[in-house]
Amino acid sequence: MMYAITALTLLVVMALALARAFAGPTLYDRILAVNNFGTKTVLLIAVMDFLSGRPDFLDIAIVYALINFISVIGVLRFFEYAQQKTVEQAE
Amino acid sequence: MDIAFDIISWVCLLTGSFFCLTGGIGLIRFPEFFSRIHAASLTDTLGASLILIGLMFQAGFSLTLAKLIMILILSLIAGTTASHAMAKAALKSGMCPLDQVDRSAEGSVKSYKDKG
Repeated sequence: MMYAITALTLLVVMALALARAFAGPTLYDRILAVNNFGTKTVLLIAVMDFLSGRPDFLDIAIVYALINFISVIGVLRFFEYAQQKTVEQAE
Repeated sequence: MDIAFDIISWVCLLTGSFFCLTGGIGLIRFPEFFSRIHAASLTDTLGASLILIGLMFQAGFSLTLAKLIMILILSLIAGTTASHAMAKAALKSGMCPLDQVDRSAEGSVKSYKDKG
């Protein structure tokens, strides 16, 4: 019962994060929303494991957390350097 | 003893999902990027920790507990680092928090809002 409530709340939060990712005015709002979506996905996988009574998929949650972190850092560095380059070109 | 663990775990799960929901609402409702990152990252740390601790109470002493602890440590390190990197990249790109803008620089706030 508690697992179902937690999973439902996490799904609502993921929907809110997706709405922000679609609506976000700036690029960084979108990155923040996608990062939030990823961490909530990790939590959802963990909770769904316990909901189904068979906690076998926690490894997937670990891998997902790692991939989420690496991808956010990678995207951030890409855009940081891209914007510095455009500033240098403008100068 | 089992009932005590169950109750602690339920309380942790419910508070954790409450904090996650607060973060989601803050992500939608706050006016600009830096307040949004504040809402999202702070509630993310607390909510994820509470949910994972609530699951740990259900797992008992097993391999599952070790995996949950690994996820907790990973999400604590990775989430805070990602939030810091995002705020730093946004500051570098020229965005400014709303309350640190001069009255004389009102135009820049307006232009930022217009862009949105």
